[in-house]
Amino acid sequence: MHIFKLNGVHVPHLKKTAAMKAVRIPAPQTVIIPLSMHIGTPAQAVVKAGDTVRVGDLIGQAEGNISAPVHASVSGTVKKIDKVVLASGNTVDAVIIESDGLMTVSDSVKPHSVAGYEDFIAAVRDSGAVGLGGAGFPTAVKLDVKDTSRIKAVIINGAECEPYITSDTRTMLDDADWIRKGAELLEKHLRVKNIIIGIEKNKPECIKKMREVFANDKAVTVKELPSVYPQGGEKVLIYNTIGEIVPEGKLPIDVGAIVINCTTLLVIAKYIETGMPLVEKCITVDGSAVNEPKNVIAPIGTKLSDIFDFCGGFKSEPAKVLYGGPMMGIAVSDLDAPLLKNNNALIAFDSKDAEPKENTACINCGKCVDHCPLRLNPVAISKAFARKDADELSVLKVNLCMECGCCAYICPTGQPLVQRNRLAKELVREHHKKEGKNNG
Amino acid sequence: MAKLTVSPSPHIATAKTTTSIMADVIVALIPAIVASAIIFGVKSLAVIATSVVSAVLAEYIFNLCCGKKQTVKDLSAVVTGLLLALNLPANIPLWQTAVGAVFSIVVVKCLFGGIGQNFANPAITGRIFMLIAFSSTMTASVFPKADVVSTATPLAVLGGQEGELPSLVDLFIGNCGGALGEVSACALLVGGIYLLARGVIKWQTPITYILTVFVLTFIVDFDINFALAQILSGGLFIGAFFMATDYATTPNTKWGKVVFGIGCGLITVLIRLFGSYPEGVSFSILLMNILTPYIQKWTRTKPFGGVRA
Repeated sequence: MHIFKLNGVHVPHLKKTAAMKAVRIPAPQTVIIPLSMHIGTPAQAVVKAGDTVRVGDLIGQAEGNISAPVHASVSGTVKKIDKVVLASGNTVDAVIIESDGLMTVSDSVKPHSVAGYEDFIAAVRDSGAVGLGGAGFPTAVKLDVKDTSRIKAVIINGAECEPYITSDTRTMLDDADWIRKGAELLEKHLRVKNIIIGIEKNKPECIKKMREVFANDKAVTVKELPSVYPQGGEKVLIYNTIGEIVPEGKLPIDVGAIVINCTTLLVIAKYIETGMPLVEKCITVDGSAVNEPKNVIAPIGTKLSDIFDFCGGFKSEPAKVLYGGPMMGIAVSDLDAPLLKNNNALIAFDSKDAEPKENTACINCGKCVDHCPLRLNPVAISKAFARKDADELSVLKVNLCMECGCCAYICPTGQPLVQRNRLAKELVREHHKKEGKNNG
Repeated sequence: MAKLTVSPSPHIATAKTTTSIMADVIVALIPAIVASAIIFGVKSLAVIATSVVSAVLAEYIFNLCCGKKQTVKDLSAVVTGLLLALNLPANIPLWQTAVGAVFSIVVVKCLFGGIGQNFANPAITGRIFMLIAFSSTMTASVFPKADVVSTATPLAVLGGQEGELPSLVDLFIGNCGGALGEVSACALLVGGIYLLARGVIKWQTPITYILTVFVLTFIVDFDINFALAQILSGGLFIGAFFMATDYATTPNTKWGKVVFGIGCGLITVLIRLFGSYPEGVSFSILLMNILTPYIQKWTRTKPFGGVRA
């Protein structure tokens, strides 16, 4: 039951693109499609240099249990398959396609008839869907719970709690029918009787729209979430919608919950009804350096520079460019980087916004403790990390940290708390590995 | 094209800084400063100015000598100087004030590693140092209206000394003997409410501290006037709102703050009623400062979804 309130921070919303319908950008000249835009094994290339591809063609096959296929997002010729370094720091294979500018759709793109549960999971896998809220976990793996009676509730994540980002807002407003179809598929194939759409209450238009669309669907309820970051965090969302606490080391399904982003649901519904896999993405382009902030639909693999050019270029020299929002987004080092499946925003900051906060001595104000949604103790973690005390870090449960950024955001002394938590998690992992070796 | 900055998330942060927090504390102390100037006259301002200037200079010179990054702009030395001065009697010689301020900053704060690293409240420890080093001038409290004559403070009267106890109204507005900044409970309350409203301090410590003192002194002989006089006199309000809420030296957890407040209240009452000193606020906070790391550990938040190893 929902007995206590989870904390968080009041971040500035800055959702000035919320009223702007997404605009599709013209076919880019080149796309760079990494074969690993998901958690798990990278996909295996099934095309080679010189091959002709069309939109929706499979170019990378899912490998192993946890993986996702990758599809061509433009029509044209495969130039080469090359290593690229992603912003995450990983080096992965990528298929580089020279576009013919025609965006011809592949013959393989045709509606799928889904007979039952197995068929449905297979279709989800073939759609290339991954967690589009940002995590990039293959959706088919998440939905494949075998025994559907374990599912007590499916929670559709429409929280969109990061500042600036409005791409899910536009999806809920402009593609509400697709979300409805997606929900119907879940009801039919996963036999779900309880679907909850969680939306932060700073988006009344989305709440209204979803309530309209699902007015006749008894299985679906729309839950208004408090406007406190991070409502979209999986554990936070589960607690705030169905009151369940996901224990450490367990999955949401262990408490009967599946969380799926609203845009991911749209991808599944579109694939089953039209056959078009995940080849394009609606993203919010915003930030102080962007000339014309807007919502854009762009093929996956489009170079960021092409997307920014479409938004009128930069009004001042960009000093920092982010994949995603400012709380959890990843800074990119190069504007030639490609748009990835799990991107939902591109934020470009001018030099003033990119300036980091001055780091002064910690004053033990305890604001990081007060604001941590998962009730961790970042200041104690920092101290234990400084001592390289892996045992203490395990007691402090640094492994639970979801890196939402509340602690570092609220810190008056500019401590890099999230970064320290990441390093501390790594330290604990190494420590356990060593211990395991010694004992075994 | 210039290089893009790559840094770990989050990429935005609150505008609050140590300096802005300290500035809030300074603003919150303005009513008490004004009250002390009205009650004790210009000499109170001389004591305050001496204390603040000495504190800031001490930190500046210490950092300079030790080759440390200059930290005076965080304003914490100003706050320490102010709090120390407000805990001193109006007739304190200025040189003693300066010695106390230098002790607070150098010995209690800087030698432990500067802001955030000290385990004891600098202003309180400085005051206790002065109480021992300059006991005659420190205990000679001045009655505002006849400022040459030393009189017993209300607490001393409550403790059984000869003298007349001021009315509760006089105690509330500060028309009584005592240290510069502690006499006007009203001015301190205004400052405390400002700090609460600005989110600089939390309610737990001040409320539990004052309430504990009230309840314990009330059950002594069920005299509501005695209990009210106890909470309105001495350094309780300045201690509860401004010293027992110091970040570095008090627990950072919600329940830790409650424990801290109750502990301070208990020790204060024990000293006031049974000790040989009339006042126990400074000692109680210093003693609880020492327990802070333990309280902090005992009252740690339980991680959401955490399973015991």
